[in-house]
Amino acid sequence: MQLQIKYFGLLAEITNCDQETLEFSKSQVSDLLKELYIKYPLLKQKDFKVAQNHEIVSNNSNITNPEIALLPPFSGG
Amino acid sequence: MSRYNRHIILSDVGPEGQNKISNAKVLVVGAGGLGCPVLQYLAAAGVGTLGVIDFDIVEESNLQRQILFGTSSLGSNKALAAKERLTDLNPTIQINAYQEALTPQNALSLYNDYDVIVDGTDNFETRYLINDAAIITNKPIVYGAIFKFEGQVSVFNYKNGASYRCLFPSPPKKGSVANCTEVGVLGVLPGIIGTMQANEVLKIILGFNGVLSGKLFCYNSKTTETYSLKINKSNSEFEKVLNNKENFENIDYDFNCKAIINEISIKDVSKIKNVHYLDVRELHETPKISLDNCTQIPLKELGTKIHEIPTDKTIIAFCQSGIRSNTAAEILQKHNITNCFSLKEGAQAIIEQLKTEL
Repeated sequence: MQLQIKYFGLLAEITNCDQETLEFSKSQVSDLLKELYIKYPLLKQKDFKVAQNHEIVSNNSNITNPEIALLPPFSGG
Repeated sequence: MSRYNRHIILSDVGPEGQNKISNAKVLVVGAGGLGCPVLQYLAAAGVGTLGVIDFDIVEESNLQRQILFGTSSLGSNKALAAKERLTDLNPTIQINAYQEALTPQNALSLYNDYDVIVDGTDNFETRYLINDAAIITNKPIVYGAIFKFEGQVSVFNYKNGASYRCLFPSPPKKGSVANCTEVGVLGVLPGIIGTMQANEVLKIILGFNGVLSGKLFCYNSKTTETYSLKINKSNSEFEKVLNNKENFENIDYDFNCKAIINEISIKDVSKIKNVHYLDVRELHETPKISLDNCTQIPLKELGTKIHEIPTDKTIIAFCQSGIRSNTAAEILQKHNITNCFSLKEGAQAIIEQLKTEL
């Protein structure tokens, strides 16, 4: 499946893009994270939530929708 | 009422709506980039009682985005400077300025005087404190946060809705997220996000449908992209906070500069001379420890009974499993009793140890 991944906040600074398209052949969120950690090792040190189709999903959820987002918490004000 | 004419001629507001605004009490935590526009619009709208709490002073580098302040405010406390400007903007409302930080000790009593809490802070410690105090007092929070060109807005704890912990259950690892003062921000972004927060406050006061509850709205000011995330309520996150309600004033929210707790194992206690045990369990818990050199103060009473603890002894705090005793050791350290340890094992281990010593 072709995934459209959005990166927010400082995650976008690590990936150097707000979004990208990625070919993904495995099934779970954890599989996707493994691939992303290889591509962007610095991501592993960051706290963030993974959303699929605008809803937070856990690491063992299956990826069934091409729209994925990685959201870190913000603290600034 | 000509001041509010443009509200009153709106059919969704009218004189009744303006009355609701006049009767509303809103507490804004932080008078910074977000707090300034929130305060400005709420004061202009005629919110009857407006509280502002901030311990910080106005610095020159604030003026680029904290629009309530001018060069004449430099060096003044932000809550006071905000009050001065807001009183000129709208002298018909009550403005309460609190020149202090929000803490677990003052949060609950402050919240009691207000209907809606606005999170305009710039750090995770206070955000979790704001959230947990709102769960305990059952008050809605209008949340806003920014990072460089991006902002987040949501309403938490509104009519039994999701809380901040339902989105991010625990604070990020130290160093994993840059703190606000370390990164730049285009001044208009907190203006946009803060104005959206003020809008949500007014929607809550007016009882509009479509309050931004159960959703996190994300805005990127550089790309003009928006993203909306659904937040599901997690009852267990509420329970965790409510279960710890009695001990709320003793919770350490300052997790980035956490005190170092010395833990000790029972086998090492005998190496220390002049030991005094501190039992922080509830009075009904067993096994009972009856020793001359032992004082029992349940954890939630510790803050008020510090004077009962001898200061010329090495204090060994214990509970059932070594968790409450860690909190106790932290409290002691805060009260300058630094010669203290938290027993790793718990009460049963003391009994066993006493048997071997006989």
